[in-house]
Amino acid sequence: MSTAELTASRRTWRDWVPTKQLPVLVTLALFGLMYGVGVLQYRGFSDTQVFLNIFIDNGFLLVVAVGMTFVILTGGIDLSVGSVVALSTMVSSSLLTEKGWSPYLVMAVVLAIGSVLGFLMGCMIHYFDIQPFIVTLAGMFLARGLCYIISTDSIPINDKTWVAIADYKFRMGNYRLSVSAVVALVVLAIAVWILSYTKFGRNVYAVGGSEQSALLMGLPVSRTKIAVYTISGFCSALGGMLLTFYTLSGYGRGAIGLELDAIAAVVIGGTLLTGGSGYVLGTMVGVCVLGIIQTLITFQGNLSSWWTKIFIGVLLFAFIMLQRVIRLGRKT
Amino acid sequence: MSVTTVIRHRFFWPVLALVVLLVSNVFFTPDFFKLEVRDGHLYGSLIDILRNGAPLILVATGMTVVIATGGIDLSVGSVVAIVAGLACYYISKQPDQNAVSGVLTAVALGLGLALLLGLWNGVLVAGIGIQPIVATLILMVAGRGLAQLITGGQIITINSDPYDLIGAGYLFTVPFAILVALFVVFLAVLLTRRTALGMLIESVGGNAEASRLAGIRSRRITIMVYVFCAFCAGIAGLMVSSDVSSANGNDAGLWIELDAILAVVIGGTSLLGGRFSIAGTVLGALIIQTLTTTIYTTGIPPEVTLLFKALVVTIVCLLQSPAFRAKVFRGRRRPVAPPATPASEEPKVEVPA
Repeated sequence: MSTAELTASRRTWRDWVPTKQLPVLVTLALFGLMYGVGVLQYRGFSDTQVFLNIFIDNGFLLVVAVGMTFVILTGGIDLSVGSVVALSTMVSSSLLTEKGWSPYLVMAVVLAIGSVLGFLMGCMIHYFDIQPFIVTLAGMFLARGLCYIISTDSIPINDKTWVAIADYKFRMGNYRLSVSAVVALVVLAIAVWILSYTKFGRNVYAVGGSEQSALLMGLPVSRTKIAVYTISGFCSALGGMLLTFYTLSGYGRGAIGLELDAIAAVVIGGTLLTGGSGYVLGTMVGVCVLGIIQTLITFQGNLSSWWTKIFIGVLLFAFIMLQRVIRLGRKT
Repeated sequence: MSVTTVIRHRFFWPVLALVVLLVSNVFFTPDFFKLEVRDGHLYGSLIDILRNGAPLILVATGMTVVIATGGIDLSVGSVVAIVAGLACYYISKQPDQNAVSGVLTAVALGLGLALLLGLWNGVLVAGIGIQPIVATLILMVAGRGLAQLITGGQIITINSDPYDLIGAGYLFTVPFAILVALFVVFLAVLLTRRTALGMLIESVGGNAEASRLAGIRSRRITIMVYVFCAFCAGIAGLMVSSDVSSANGNDAGLWIELDAILAVVIGGTSLLGGRFSIAGTVLGALIIQTLTTTIYTTGIPPEVTLLFKALVVTIVCLLQSPAFRAKVFRGRRRPVAPPATPASEEPKVEVPA
């Protein structure tokens, strides 16, 4: 069978390519390739601002995907992120515009709501041993339902602080980054630090590798599992807040399908969906790949938006196949 | 008969929930249970529930057999949209949209494509060995794009009487959609419970590798259930688009996969696989549809349905969770529970493929 051929060919490249980092490297190469094509093909693509715009446009997605990476690293999944993002936009906009709360209080409330939702889902998943898939599905319904209870219409945000934050740009020479892009990069840096240099980070990988082994090793499995869902909830709430800086409004029907984009970014970034292996930096590259697909389609001009979805699907397929090949390689 | 006692055990709560929901409707709509025949067509709230619930019943039936093998199919919503798009696109290009042959070709094309999409899912899961949730995620994401590609990002509106029959028409005074759903459910029950097929599916869901070693063609069975699921979704797609005489790549079948999974869970089929009940799923689908209808008729904003669904999912899952039951019972006897001995100590052992 072809397994033998695969094994033979793998031996050759496995000697000089680090298998663990391979998916991330492939994604990075793909990003480089797409960027190169863009630069060669379109005028003005090489402008650094075009690259920075990827972070400006996808800052909220990056934050959500970072949270999702934690969950997927433990072998779980969080389907509720899109709804929690929408809920955060609704809570922020209704509290600011209709109730006239102080913006800082609103930020605290929004982040707390997201974290508590995540915490509760984590508790249900861990203590009652229900599949993450179905628990977060319930969370998704709940958050979306709460959005519609607040309002079914879009609520604009006119709060001065909020608008000021939304308009503020960090300038470096001619280039600029929005607040949400910077926040996203800070969240990313913190996540990298947590996953690489803290005990909690090691626990996340250990639980994802084998929950049973982690338990037998005396690692705090319950705390870790609940914590990752709390982190994901927090990141979704923060992502929702960043989204309100981008759109200056809250909308209950917004961010539908965002969970799929986040999962796609994580997978394309090389994290195994079975858990235990992957890097949060890979997730950033994954988000960049999704972002550059959109940028390319915008520059091309005559391709319709739905091609984005088709491309993401194709990429998902390619990377899942790649993961599969690598996993087969490990077993031999 | 022993069957009745079994049914009383397994379906007691779902049936009770359905009955309570139906009866509570009488307070808001006094003639809720009234059925009447007008112009040779059967009318009534109950008929409406059945007719509007037909696509969900179909999709949920397909989902049941997939979940029975320990899998899941997230792509059904996209399949609904793709099939609806293709069928409507084909009909809209016909010179005579009322021609029966054109409609039949459109239906055949749509269902053929559904079979292909199911085959794709099945091969990814059984042939290549990708986790079902991931494998079907690919089509879930790309499928919406494909549906919009087919419809050109527009809502295709058609004007075809034969096509309208599927979702909105009547046959023998009964809405055609109900008959189709009944037929498919009947067929599924017949195939799984009157032949060995059901047992084989449950066996694969229990342990695919052990089943293979016991001489069952696990892969073939797995591929088959995904094809069947996509086929059901395809019929649902025809129904949905025929009901509104148009195809919307964005909205058709949106979130139907979640409702279907919900129906399956309410019906008592374990998400771990190895056991399934199509009758339970139909009950579950009816509960969801009745809930939706009830909320519409009582004047509560329809968006609140989602909150109720969240509540129902949570309660049903808690009741099904062995860990929850153990904790509740243990908690009654001993207030101070010993430090966590979660059920994860006995995980489903996965045999390396």
